[in-house]
Amino acid sequence: MAKDQSQKPQDESRRRFLKYSGTAIGGVVVGGVIGGIIGSSLKKTDKEEKPANPETPAPSSDRDYNQALMFFTQDQFLITEAASERIYPMDELGPGAKELGVAFFIDHQMASAYGINSRDYMSPPFYPSEVSQGYQLSFKRKELLALGLDALNEYSTDTYNKPFTKIAPEEQDAVLTAFEKNEVKLKGVPAAAFFNLLHNLTIEGVYSDPLYGGNKNMAGWKMRNYPGNQMSYYDVIEKEEFIKMEPLSLHDHLELG
Amino acid sequence: MANKLPKVNVVIVGMGWVGGIIAAELTKAGHNVVGLERGKSRGTQDYYHVHDELRYATRYELMQDLSKETITFRNTEKIRALPMRTYGSFLMGDGLGGAGVHWNGQYYRFLPYDFEIYTKTVERYGKSKIPEGMTLRDWGITYGELEPYFVKYEQMAGISGDKELPEHVSQMSKPFPTGPMKQTPGMKLFTESAKKLGYHPYNIPSANLSEAYTNPDGIERAACQYCGYCERFGCEYGSKADPVVTVLPVALQTGKFELRTFSNVTEIIHDGKKATGIKYVNVPTGEEYMQPADVVILAGYVFTNVRLLLVSKLGQPYDPKSDTGSVGRNYAYQVNGASTAAFYEDREFNMAMGAGALGSCIDDFNGDNFDHSSLNFLHGANIRFTQAGLRPIQYQPTPAGTPKWGKSFKQATLHNANRVLSIAGQGACMPYRHHYLDLDPEYKDALGIPLIRMTFDFEQQDIELVKFIARKTKEIADGMGATTTQMNDVIKQYNIVPYQSTHNTGGTIMGSDPKTSVVNNYLQMWDADNVFICGASNFPHNGGYNPTGVVGALAYRTAEGVGKYLQKGGSLV
Ligand SMILES: Cc1cc2nc3c(=O)[nH]c(=O)nc-3n(C[C@H](O)[C@H](O)[C@H](O)COP(=O)(O)OP(=O)(O)OC[C@H]3O[C@@H](n4cnc5c(N)ncnc54)[C@H](O)[C@@H]3O)c2cc1C
Ligand code: SF4
Repeated sequence: MAKDQSQKPQDESRRRFLKYSGTAIGGVVVGGVIGGIIGSSLKKTDKEEKPANPETPAPSSDRDYNQALMFFTQDQFLITEAASERIYPMDELGPGAKELGVAFFIDHQMASAYGINSRDYMSPPFYPSEVSQGYQLSFKRKELLALGLDALNEYSTDTYNKPFTKIAPEEQDAVLTAFEKNEVKLKGVPAAAFFNLLHNLTIEGVYSDPLYGGNKNMAGWKMRNYPGNQMSYYDVIEKEEFIKMEPLSLHDHLELG
Repeated sequence: MANKLPKVNVVIVGMGWVGGIIAAELTKAGHNVVGLERGKSRGTQDYYHVHDELRYATRYELMQDLSKETITFRNTEKIRALPMRTYGSFLMGDGLGGAGVHWNGQYYRFLPYDFEIYTKTVERYGKSKIPEGMTLRDWGITYGELEPYFVKYEQMAGISGDKELPEHVSQMSKPFPTGPMKQTPGMKLFTESAKKLGYHPYNIPSANLSEAYTNPDGIERAACQYCGYCERFGCEYGSKADPVVTVLPVALQTGKFELRTFSNVTEIIHDGKKATGIKYVNVPTGEEYMQPADVVILAGYVFTNVRLLLVSKLGQPYDPKSDTGSVGRNYAYQVNGASTAAFYEDREFNMAMGAGALGSCIDDFNGDNFDHSSLNFLHGANIRFTQAGLRPIQYQPTPAGTPKWGKSFKQATLHNANRVLSIAGQGACMPYRHHYLDLDPEYKDALGIPLIRMTFDFEQQDIELVKFIARKTKEIADGMGATTTQMNDVIKQYNIVPYQSTHNTGGTIMGSDPKTSVVNNYLQMWDADNVFICGASNFPHNGGYNPTGVVGALAYRTAEGVGKYLQKGGSLV
């Protein structure tokens, strides 16, 4: 490979891909992929010419119309925001769940096929189980989550005389810990199963592609120095030193019509 | 009533690696083949937006839809089996190419010891070495006999690896067709440390191509880009060998192959001695079809292979109480869990980069490559460092004792995201009389057909193996210049929740005794000579390796057997 190309590993690897894929996979089937890669490599070049400062916050007039609710009530949304922020808080390293849009992510997921367990085996009968046998409740995720959020509120009102969103962060932690440890008995809500679901969804909301509503501006990835979805590391995989890259999201690979 | 279709030479159930290889070989030889796949068609064009961890890795886009069909599981016969309602321990393939589309591509041949494990164990240690209840079996085929078929798979897939492997690993009649993958700093640290300890490290042979390659069928594929979205994803470059970009186009080009997707096979039609065909349901319409054929090949992975035999009442179901029968016997898995994490305070590694089969390994403690006289277990593990590309949802590295959430969790995971190298053992799994597959008495699939029931747990053998292998991983990790290392050497009860490995084996095992095995060494069924069954379901035990190298070789062997059978009929052994 020519040395002068190594400055732009992305573009070179895409070219190499274009060169081979036509013969490799028969030209026809791979059309969509090639199109996308040409598109994104053009975009990348654009970016290189006028580098944007990634730290610059989006102007406040830039409304995100995707940030609205598909499933939660307003209360449930605010509880989710508060609880997920305790699970993944803002600190000196960067934003927490709230700023990353995790509550919107969770709301959108609950309205999706995942929220109704559409690809899980949900046929009866349901029996008590051993831990080793995994999830055996008839609750669908959206039901478990909504009931659990209401229970968080009820529990904190019982304990602190205030709803979950109004108690101090340390108190919120204590409530969440009680759920995590399954110490809460409320309306038959399996507290630990609810906590695990909320915990997993929070992590997913921090780190999934921004297309799903969380990981806003790829800030979750940036804190971790995760480069997102690059097309190729062919030219850098052997490098001894750590290479920081501006992350790419799926949006960057889309060829808009 | 099922619609009866015109008879064909050969019908294959399942279009993964096994179905694809057999379809290509038989159609090249001039036979007419119908391939039935319950899932959809797919190709590289589907992977335009594949670098999506949520969709593919944690929502299992490419895997079997469990709402339609799953398995049930219990640790012992004393408890009630319950359905695997959501994914965890292993991930079943679905759709064209099967799990061969979303595998890693780590390629191993298994050791000569594996194929003659009973004889070689007794020879070296005596019969008393084999504990009560462990149903160790020779495979009915030797490494030497299978060797030419490994070569076929390697040439077809373009396996990338070292020119030579250590002597105690593999004697190869032909070197791998492409050179080894690139080496990362982590691989180098592993290799140097293992060498210093006197071990014999080598690059993991890889089905992700190290360079552009044209195979003997004329299929050209591009080099791997180390994109870090390999396991659980399809490869948009066609670099990862999968059936859709290798064998299936070859079969289609012959004009002798008819591929029918959305065709879910529900029964083998037979008269007790021979199969006359199979029954399948067209998934979108629900219509039933009857496909008569001279030869029926089961290539639907472990669970389907066993289930179709049991549901169709073909072969002798295994009964663990009387230790009789064969179908469902010797279910085994993979014994993972021995590992050491090396934490580096002074440097970071590019852990987001990687390829499914990128890594280095040793086999000094695999198979019978070391003396077991004073040890309480048999076999061992391939010990390795892999760099498959670590993604942020699935990977939350924390030192022991870190809370599971909150500020210190966040800070530990951010700090360690690129500072940990993990050395792990992939342990062999021995068969036991009380580990098996049968039909669940209660739970059914979406069509009303009983689900497969798995009865399996880890044994003392596995606990001891993990303890021993973990110490070896620590020894190697300690020589890799890390700030600290943390070892895990404990496994407990088998738990179906965390992902471990999609290396399920057994159930239709091969062998030379028709009483205890289902198929002979051409993977031809003892009880019905025009039925061939191929896949990891043929393994009498599972080795300390990933299975697909052996599965691929057995598929080439099956194709040869079917060819012979079509010419002369009868039993091939
Ligand atoms: C995440 C992951 C990573 C892996 N990594 C590795 C690795 O690095 N190295 C390695 O050696 N192995 C690996 N494996 C295992 C490897 O994928 C399998 O060994 C291999 O794909 C098995 O091939 P097969 O043809 O037997 O089955 P499959 O690939 O499962 O194909 C079976 C096909 O049959 C179809 N089918 C099933 N039942 C029916 C029915 N009733 N009617 C019609 N069609 C049916 C299925 O839909 C499927 O397409 C991995 C597996 C997974 C899931
Ligand atoms: S790592 Fe290599 S083989 Fe795997 S998906 Fe990426 S480019 Fe393909």
